Amino acid sequence: MPFRSIVLVKQVPDTKNITGDAMTPEGTVNRAALPAVFNPEDLNALEMALRIKDREGGEVVVLTMGPPSATEVLREALYRGADRAILLTDRKFAGADTLATSYTLACAIGKIGAFDFVFAGRQAIDGDTAQVGPQTAEKLGIPQITYAESIESVEGGHVVVRRALDRGSELVRCSLPCLLTVVGSAPAARPASVRRRIAYKRDAGIESWTAADIGAEEARLGMAGSPTQVHKINFVVLEGTESKDVKPTAEGIAALVDELVREYVIG
Amino acid sequence: MSETRNVWVFVEQDEGKTADVSLELMSKGRELADELKSELWAVLPGDGVGALASDLVARGADRVLYAEHRELRQYRTLPYARVLTALVAERRPYILLFGASSVGRDLAPRVASAVRSGLTADCTDLQIGDFESQKDKQVYKDLLLQIRPAFGGNLIATIVNPKHRPQMATVREGVMRQRPADASRKGTIEKVPCSFEPGDFALEVLSREVRASTVKLKEAPVIVSGGMGVGDAEGFALVRELAAAMGGEVGASRAAVDAGLIAKEHQVGQTGTTVRPRLYVAAGISGAIQHRAGMAESSKIIAVNTDPDAPIFQIAHYRIVGDLAQVLPLMTAALREKAK
Repeated sequence: MPFRSIVLVKQVPDTKNITGDAMTPEGTVNRAALPAVFNPEDLNALEMALRIKDREGGEVVVLTMGPPSATEVLREALYRGADRAILLTDRKFAGADTLATSYTLACAIGKIGAFDFVFAGRQAIDGDTAQVGPQTAEKLGIPQITYAESIESVEGGHVVVRRALDRGSELVRCSLPCLLTVVGSAPAARPASVRRRIAYKRDAGIESWTAADIGAEEARLGMAGSPTQVHKINFVVLEGTESKDVKPTAEGIAALVDELVREYVIG
Repeated sequence: MSETRNVWVFVEQDEGKTADVSLELMSKGRELADELKSELWAVLPGDGVGALASDLVARGADRVLYAEHRELRQYRTLPYARVLTALVAERRPYILLFGASSVGRDLAPRVASAVRSGLTADCTDLQIGDFESQKDKQVYKDLLLQIRPAFGGNLIATIVNPKHRPQMATVREGVMRQRPADASRKGTIEKVPCSFEPGDFALEVLSREVRASTVKLKEAPVIVSGGMGVGDAEGFALVRELAAAMGGEVGASRAAVDAGLIAKEHQVGQTGTTVRPRLYVAAGISGAIQHRAGMAESSKIIAVNTDPDAPIFQIAHYRIVGDLAQVLPLMTAALREKAK
């Protein structure tokens, strides 16, 4: 039975590899100095959707909200096996927190039409909030399965999923349609196919939708639709601690251990 | 009911035991309520959980709202969200806090979306303060200041939610300090009704395996943590040996966990466990704010790193610039010598 899956992806600054130029002297982020990457767990989400298509047939639609440059992650998804790609881009979307983002994504999913699965990475590395998945599920009025690690089976309008918990795991069965957020321990994404790369190189056929296209209420978009505001941003200032240098020699280390024992820090 | 200034804590329980993170939030919630001159309420859904309510009063609750139903026995998103959302709509809390556990991080965004309010994840501090909005030039008094590392931990952001209620936040286990219970405190315990819709049971838990954690980072008096500098999983053996010689636990940086060098339950930091041991040894850890947020309050910090400019050295009490492969075995040997 063919299934239609929608995968929510995000282009993010590579916060794991921050270099010296990434922060300005004023303590703000110099986004231009950070390479933009495919949010890692969104790749696991894409792979989960592609595996359902491999097994059962159907279609994989990737959806992202971002500036026009975010088409890079959509192309990447097409190269790896997605069938259709949609970019949500509009100045009105700018400054969205997770609530406004999930509303926007839910409106776009409504326009895509009937679906069986929505997949998303558990969280994006630029915010680490893990909120957009559950909030989008709520807006769509469908159940959510967060921390999904593997799909065990899909049959009779239900999916059986293994979820990773803080200390352990859980096997759940859920009716379709539903939304899954996928963790990094799920299978890694397949590589881009050379054949697909060539096929999509000139014209990837990426659709671009604005606020008007998805029939969204303006007051619920972008900064206007975001309850949270940033009050202040502090650059992390390291306060120096009074410290001793210890030589990396047997004598230096033995003296340190003596001191720790004498001061009852250890022992 | 009109809007209140009350602070609510969602209380998570499993098999008749209240989660530590919820008790920690009760302590913080009590402070916030005192500052606002308002009440602290605990919200406790479950099955057979009424017995936990009096302890929550002792932990600082002015009122405990508990909902009991067999469908609430095991945590599932939709039935729990139904209970919370209905209570929030009816009783209008000012602030609503959740533990950033796999339960809280699943439930809080679902509720925030349903009540259309803002939510801030993984706060490392919560305060009450005023905010002048650049958007409408108004001053908002006594807001919840939600403080968290942002942008991969390179910045500290203070987030506010000026107009929507409740102001919602999640906090990781170990970040807030738990205060002792006071059995003489008085509070009201109220059982609240709950009703569901058929769609709330779309998901069924077939099986659940939860292991007791073998890693007890939070209470450990001594922690030896390894970062990317240890190189590989074998390099962690040196970290483990030193931890054993010190009678301590093994910790790790997020980078080491993400690289698969060691299991996630060893992770110290903003998205791991916050620790305050007597002694913290950071071996091969550069010291991103993400990590420091979770260990900077340790009484003594020893940092070992080959890079003399590593940020970890700025908060270390003892700086050892050197190779882990030499330094750690020397420490282990010196400790064993002492123990003789």
